[in-house]
Amino acid sequence: MRVTVRLFARLRDIAGAAELSRDVAAGATIADVWRQLEGEFPELARYERSISSAINADYARMDSRVGDGDEVAFLPPVSGG
Amino acid sequence: MTTPLLGIGPDPLDVGRLAAALEAGTGAEPADDPGRDGAVVTFLGLVRNHNMGRSVRYLEYEAYEALALKAFARIDTEIRERWPSVRLALHHRTGRLEVGEASVAIVVRSPHRGDAYAACRYAIERVKQIAPVWKREYFEGGDVWIEGATANPDDARARAAAERVACA
Repeated sequence: MRVTVRLFARLRDIAGAAELSRDVAAGATIADVWRQLEGEFPELARYERSISSAINADYARMDSRVGDGDEVAFLPPVSGG
Repeated sequence: MTTPLLGIGPDPLDVGRLAAALEAGTGAEPADDPGRDGAVVTFLGLVRNHNMGRSVRYLEYEAYEALALKAFARIDTEIRERWPSVRLALHHRTGRLEVGEASVAIVVRSPHRGDAYAACRYAIERVKQIAPVWKREYFEGGDVWIEGATANPDDARARAAAERVACA
């Protein structure tokens, strides 16, 4: 199945794209998607413990399963205000 | 055009318009009657010309807008749970902001000033904790993404910390 990955701020800079389309295995979790990205962009690894994640614009835990066509987002530590 | 009470986008912030929108209320419940309110507290967060010893030239704000609106709605719900008579309006700006420009505007109304001050402070603390917004600082000599808190809306300790600051 295929998911859209959205990356923000420094994560976007590291990957060189705000949005990516990736094939993932059926039953994959957000963490699986993240590990796949880490393989592609090793510089992402240092964010493993500090990112937040979302599915379809709702915060979701890394162990949440993703579905075909979902938008999966990875967020570095926030700095609004 | 009516101004939504919660918003995020590139347009300059107008706290007066936000206050007027909040005064108009939604009319959905008796507590939205503006006549019951005795206090309005507003907060504007501004771009500062210095940060961590650096001379700031300007900031660029980026957001996950769809999720940011949900985070703001969550903050609104939390405030109603803690201060049932308080009403909130909150807008965050994105894009390039010069020194002195406002990046966030918060307006809070309530029957009494104590709740309004507390809820306003709570709102900005929670924005900094859970809103998916990032600022890139362009300073004399370089630029850097500012990274603060790992956003986790379900972190009860962070929420309690925001409440402590608000009620100090």
